[in-house]
Amino acid sequence: MLKVVINGKEIEAQAGSTILEVASEHGFNIPTLCHLNLHDMDYCNHPVSCRICMVEVNEGRGSRLTPACDTYISEGMVVETDSSKAIKARRTVMELLLSNHPQDCLYCTRSTNCDLQTLANSMNIRNNRFEGKMSNLGKDVSSKSIIKDLDKCILCRRCESICSEVQTVNIYSPINRGFETVIGTAFQDSLQDTPCTFCGQCVSVCPTGALTEVSHVDRIWNKINDPESVVVVQTAPAVRVALGEEFGAVPGGVSTGKMVAGLRRMGFNYVFDTNWGADLTIMEEANEVVERLNKGTLPILTSCCPGWIKFIEHQFPKLIDVPSTCKSPHEMQGAITKTYFAEKLGINPDDIYVVSVMPCVAKKYEAARDELSVDGRADVDAVITTRELASMIREAGINYNELADEEFDHPLGESTGAAAIFGATGGVLEAALRTAAGWLTNDSAPSLDYKEVRGLEGIKEATLKINDLELKVAAASGLGNARKLLEKIEAGENEYHVIEIMACPAGCIAGGGQPYNHGDRSIIEKRMKAIYEIDAHKEIRESHKNPDIIKIYDEYLEKPGGHLAHKLLHTHYFERDNIKE
Amino acid sequence: MACQCNNEECFIELDKFIEERNLTGESSLIQVLHQAQHLFGYLPRNLQVYVAKKLNIPIAKVYGVVTFYTFFSETPRGENVIQVCLGTGCFVKGADKVMLSFESELEIKQGETTADNQFTLSAVRCVGACGLAPVVIINEKVYGHVQSEDVKGILENYIVGEITTQTA
Repeated sequence: MLKVVINGKEIEAQAGSTILEVASEHGFNIPTLCHLNLHDMDYCNHPVSCRICMVEVNEGRGSRLTPACDTYISEGMVVETDSSKAIKARRTVMELLLSNHPQDCLYCTRSTNCDLQTLANSMNIRNNRFEGKMSNLGKDVSSKSIIKDLDKCILCRRCESICSEVQTVNIYSPINRGFETVIGTAFQDSLQDTPCTFCGQCVSVCPTGALTEVSHVDRIWNKINDPESVVVVQTAPAVRVALGEEFGAVPGGVSTGKMVAGLRRMGFNYVFDTNWGADLTIMEEANEVVERLNKGTLPILTSCCPGWIKFIEHQFPKLIDVPSTCKSPHEMQGAITKTYFAEKLGINPDDIYVVSVMPCVAKKYEAARDELSVDGRADVDAVITTRELASMIREAGINYNELADEEFDHPLGESTGAAAIFGATGGVLEAALRTAAGWLTNDSAPSLDYKEVRGLEGIKEATLKINDLELKVAAASGLGNARKLLEKIEAGENEYHVIEIMACPAGCIAGGGQPYNHGDRSIIEKRMKAIYEIDAHKEIRESHKNPDIIKIYDEYLEKPGGHLAHKLLHTHYFERDNIKE
Repeated sequence: MACQCNNEECFIELDKFIEERNLTGESSLIQVLHQAQHLFGYLPRNLQVYVAKKLNIPIAKVYGVVTFYTFFSETPRGENVIQVCLGTGCFVKGADKVMLSFESELEIKQGETTADNQFTLSAVRCVGACGLAPVVIINEKVYGHVQSEDVKGILENYIVGEITTQTA
């Protein structure tokens, strides 16, 4: 242990700690910008590039300024985090950062939710002594999911770290040098031409408006205001446990009823629940698990996550027959909305406009995949993130917190506890196991809780006994963890029967389209808890027992894996280049 | 600058270089890029991709390194490569004017190559010879204390038909 003095307080701290670590532990607030440490996913962005954490240090040889994130404590060190010299240095750094930052904050997607803006504000920056050259690099709007605006980039490299170290997709690197430096792609190719999975984790850690989602807000308002259109909205399991945060609620709250009421107030004609689509997915997927168990063509990988699917297409093209052929829940729901539901209500499917509210930015790209359509009609027409929905609710002048709870519309609104847990890593696997076990044991499985596959760990595994069958299962979240399992499969060393994969660490609750958590991962844990609470309070907790699901098979689809089910609910994948030559 | 062999032989040479030294991963990247540029004369896209795959390094990282160092070139370079040092020492001694003079004599901007492929003009950071500032290096010959009015005379040494290459 070393003795140091921070702001006059004597402190004993572990050797090898940085000033930033020790100061934060003792309640001293040092501003940071590039530095981001997300312990639970082994992510630490530590480029020491922004220099906003300057503090004044004296080790007996006079005082000096040093970045707190990268200066290790020494015996007898005297630190002042709030001396006038330190504050002045930090203000200068901020002014320099802002001297090359576009001044269009009023129009920026990140306005009032931007780390750079918040910090500048808290530092009382009201004018800037520096007027420098501005970069003029333009925006990359090539992709269906992510907009990259390099002029707003402050070179913190958080996107690069999360893409390389956590997701192992390696899209970004610093390109060029000096003033021309950008965090770019190889050959500065547009995102569309890279193996980017559009998972959006880069968006979720970006401290400014440099990385944002492609907005579908305007096109949705246009459809809502068009009297000819029947605008149907559906909401993913992870949205209801996070949307409230956008309106000041404590993280971990569930606001399903308010969300439904808000959507109806906005003018959507029907408010459906993607959880219904999740129950349908389980029917098809559990059926596929049982079929492939019998055929011996295992492992089977889940296919709900479009980021993960694009990852396997680029990185492991030889394995594209391994994932389930099931479309993801919102695509299934869209396909059923434009067929079964349209027929039931006698609506021309061409007049139906399906909007998905998702915790995800990859779903935008997924919805635009040509093959995710029936008879040339896209299953889903527009996708908005949880954040975009919040912005639309605000735009409509709706007082979210005052809304009285309302119920989803029928028949695509009833769902089970199995569907609710799709939003967390391990949830799809658990839901599939409930139904597969239910079928294999004639509903006499001892428990519906598969706690071994719950929690925030990156890879979870379990061996389950169903009748005489020993089923080995695993759930991975984060593409780096997915890669570990896929490398085993490719090498022929796989030991699992069923594997669930989610691109985002912790699953959809931490998706790239969720409210920003500004580095506070405890929020993710709270969302996860909320998801399992929804499940625990549901009367029906197995997808195959959902009465509306039973009904659609009776009335329309006949049986899981049947001819019509295949046409509407299943898809196929493509081999894609990893590196474009 | 580039070797006269055809492409295929260059790739075989490069493979040999990598395999003999057992090179792999990020720590070998600069060494391999050096050799690749030596063999091919420059580092086109397909060569960068080849190196990335061969060393098992993300292509973005390879591209990042290639664009960071002025030594590496993504476009074919001229017969003679002119490097004007724009490091601090040379800069305060007027290297910017020397650069302007080269630009106007050759009618190209820094980073470009003349249409007849005779000259490539590039800027380098400190070459460690500040005592000679401003410094210009052409191919491997070092010129010290260069003033903008010297540029024309220096270039005459390299005009085709006279001395095309010189060594220090």
